[in-house]
Amino acid sequence: MMRHILAVLVENNPGVLTRVAGLFSRRGYNIDSLTVGRTEDHRVSRMTIVVEGDDLVLDQVTKQLNKLVDVIKINDITAAEYVDRELVLIKVNADPSVRGEIMQIVEIFRARIVDIGRKTLMIECTGDEGKINAIIDSLKPFGIRELVRTGKVAMLRGSKMTSLGNEEKL
Amino acid sequence: MSFSGAEILIKCLLEEGVETVFGYPGGAVLEIYDALYKSPLRHILARHEQGAAHMADAYARATGKPGVCFATSGPGATNLVTGIATAYMDSVPLIAFTGQVASDLLGRDSFQEVDITGVTLPITKHNYLVKNVENLAQTIKEAFHIATTGRPGPVLIDIPKDISVKKTSFNYPKTVNLGGYQVPGPGDLKSIKEAAELIMSAQKPLIYAGGGVIISGAQQELRRLAELIDSPVTTTLMGMTGFPGTHPLALGMLGMHGTKYANYAVCECDVLIAVGARFDDRVTGKMDEFAPQAKIIHIDIDPAEIGKNIQIDVPIVGDVREVLEKLIGELQQKKHPEWREKIAGWKKEYELRYKNGGCLKPQFVVEQIYEVTQGEAIITTEVGQNQMWAAQFYKFKNPRSFITSGGLGTMGYGLPAAIGAKVGRPEKVVIDIAGDGSIQMNIQELATAVHNDIPVIVAILNNNYLGMVRQWQEMFYDGRYSQTEIESPDFVKLAEAYGALGMRVSEPDEVRPALEQAIAANKTVVIDFVVDREENVLPMVPPGGCLNRMLEG
Repeated sequence: MMRHILAVLVENNPGVLTRVAGLFSRRGYNIDSLTVGRTEDHRVSRMTIVVEGDDLVLDQVTKQLNKLVDVIKINDITAAEYVDRELVLIKVNADPSVRGEIMQIVEIFRARIVDIGRKTLMIECTGDEGKINAIIDSLKPFGIRELVRTGKVAMLRGSKMTSLGNEEKL
Repeated sequence: MSFSGAEILIKCLLEEGVETVFGYPGGAVLEIYDALYKSPLRHILARHEQGAAHMADAYARATGKPGVCFATSGPGATNLVTGIATAYMDSVPLIAFTGQVASDLLGRDSFQEVDITGVTLPITKHNYLVKNVENLAQTIKEAFHIATTGRPGPVLIDIPKDISVKKTSFNYPKTVNLGGYQVPGPGDLKSIKEAAELIMSAQKPLIYAGGGVIISGAQQELRRLAELIDSPVTTTLMGMTGFPGTHPLALGMLGMHGTKYANYAVCECDVLIAVGARFDDRVTGKMDEFAPQAKIIHIDIDPAEIGKNIQIDVPIVGDVREVLEKLIGELQQKKHPEWREKIAGWKKEYELRYKNGGCLKPQFVVEQIYEVTQGEAIITTEVGQNQMWAAQFYKFKNPRSFITSGGLGTMGYGLPAAIGAKVGRPEKVVIDIAGDGSIQMNIQELATAVHNDIPVIVAILNNNYLGMVRQWQEMFYDGRYSQTEIESPDFVKLAEAYGALGMRVSEPDEVRPALEQAIAANKTVVIDFVVDREENVLPMVPPGGCLNRMLEG
C-alpha cells in the first residue's frame, strides 16, 4: 500500500466537497487527509488529498474523481518532486517548572508559541509530515491537551504546475 | 420580455425537443404545472412518482431521446429515488425536475423539505440546486448535455418554489462551458491497431456485448465485426438487442442465467472482445476464473470501467460505434471453422430447454409471446424469474426492444416501463413480462395506462411465489420458503376495476389465442398466466461460482 498525494482542482461550487468525500466513502477508498481552499482563481478551489492504496485503487480513484462534473483536473504528484506542508496547533501542559524545556523544543523545531495560559502553552508548527510527527512525539511526555492538524497541502517544485493553464477556460 | 422560472423551464424543454414529460404535481411545483397548463407539452400523470421516473426512463430507452420527469419536493422527490437509481445503473439519460421549498425556508426542516440533491448524489451523473433564476436556463442546458453525452445518466435539477416564480429574460444558451466535463473521443488509433492485431491472431475469438452497443447505436457495426472475424457473440442482459437473437453467431446471454454454450465459450475463448459492457458480477461469476484463457480487449466510453473489475490487455476508451467502425477498417475476413463447430456442438447439446407437459410452463408463455409478435414487440420486464425467462426465450430482433432493469434489478419496473415505451414508440406492441410479485409493486400505474389510453399488455407469469427468491431458497436454503409464498388479488377483477381488459389463462393451448386477442383489443390488457408453481430458471451459475460449472435441471 502506498500513499499518494493528489492535487485536485475543482469548481468552487457548493456541495463539491460532499461530492468528493461521498465518492471516497461509497467506493471504499481510504482518505488519509483532505484539505481544500481557494486558488488564484476565485472560481476554482484546490484540494490536496492523501489517499492510501495500490496502483489499481489509485487508478480507480483518479478515474472516478474525473467523472465528477465539478472536478476539473487531477494530478498525482507523488512520483514528482514536490513540497508538502502541514500546520499543527498543540496545546500542551506547561507548569512553570517545565516551560523552559518546552521552549527549547519549540526553538529546535522552529515552531512558535502562540498562546500562554496559566498551565498550558499553545504551539504552532509548520513542516512536512515527519517534522510534525517529531514535534508531537517530543511534546507528548508533557501531556498534550489538545491537538489539531490541517492536513497536507502540496505543490510541485520548479516550473511544473497543477493549474488550468491556457488550454482551459472557465 | 421576462418570464417566470417555471415558464423558462417549459421553454427550455421545448428548445430541447421534449414532447412528453411524466410526473405528479404537488405544492412546490404548482408554478411549474401552471406553466405546463398553457404549454404544448404532453404530460402523463402517473399514480406514483416512482412510476413517473420509470416511464421517463423507459421512454428514453425505447427512443434514444432523453426522458423527463417532474415531482414535487419532499416525498415526491424521494419517490423518484428508485427510478433515478435504476436509470443510473443502466446509463439512461433521464432528467428529473423536482420542486423544492422556497429558498428562505431551505435548511429549516420545512414542510415537505428534503435535501434531494444530497440524497441523489451517488445515483445521479450530476445534480443541481438552482439558487438563482438567471442560472436556470444554463443549468437545464448543461443537464441535457451531461445526461445525453459520454456515458449517459440521470441528472436532477431541484428548483425552489420562489425560483419558479421569479422573473427574468429568456435566452436559451447555445453552448455549455463545463471545464471539468469531457466526452471521450473516438478511441485511440494505436490501441485500436493493437486490438486488431490481437483479433487477427485469435483462433477462438468471442465478442461479449453489453448495453453500450445499444446506447451508441452500434448494432450494424457489431454485426459487421462478428461476421468479418467469424466470431460468436454473447450479450449481457442490457445488450440483448445489440445483436439479433436468431443470427447463427448469436449465443444468447452469458453469466448467471446465461446459456451453457455462451459460458463455455467464455471459458475457452482465446481473445475476448468486450464491447460496451462492464464485467458485472452477475456476468463474470468468480472474477479470477473469468475467461481464463483469453486476452481481453475492452471497448467502453467510460474510462473508469477499464480495469475496474477485470484486468484488461487492450483498453480502448471511446464511443462504441466509432471505435468499432475504425476497428473494422483494420481487420480482414477470418474463418474459424473448428471453433464454430465446437460451439455448434455445445449449442446442440446444451440448447435451452424445459420440460413441457402437464401444466402451463412460464417458458412456453414467453416462447408464445415471441411467436405471436415475431420478435417485433417491445418487451419490458419486472425483475426475477420473469426477467430471466424473457431474456432466455424471446429472440430479440430490433435494438431498444428489450427494456429491463439490469443493474439495479428494480421490481415494479416493468409496467411503468411499458407505459413509457409505448408513449415513445406508439406503433409497437409493448408487452410487460411480469411476475405476480413484481407487478404488485407498481400496479397502480394500470390507472395511468387506462386513463391515458395507452394500450400495453401485462403478461403475468403467476406462480403465487416470489419465484426467484424461492428458487434460491430451494437451492441454497434447503427449501425453507421464508416469506416467498404470496397471495395475490384476482388479477382479472383487478384489471377490470382499473378499466383494463383482464384475462386468465391456465392451459397451454389458450396462450396464443389470448395473446392475439390482447394485441387486437388495442387497449390496456392484463393476462394472468397461471403457471407451474415451482419451475426454476436454469441453467444457473451459483453466486460467485465459475462460469463452466452450471447447475442444471
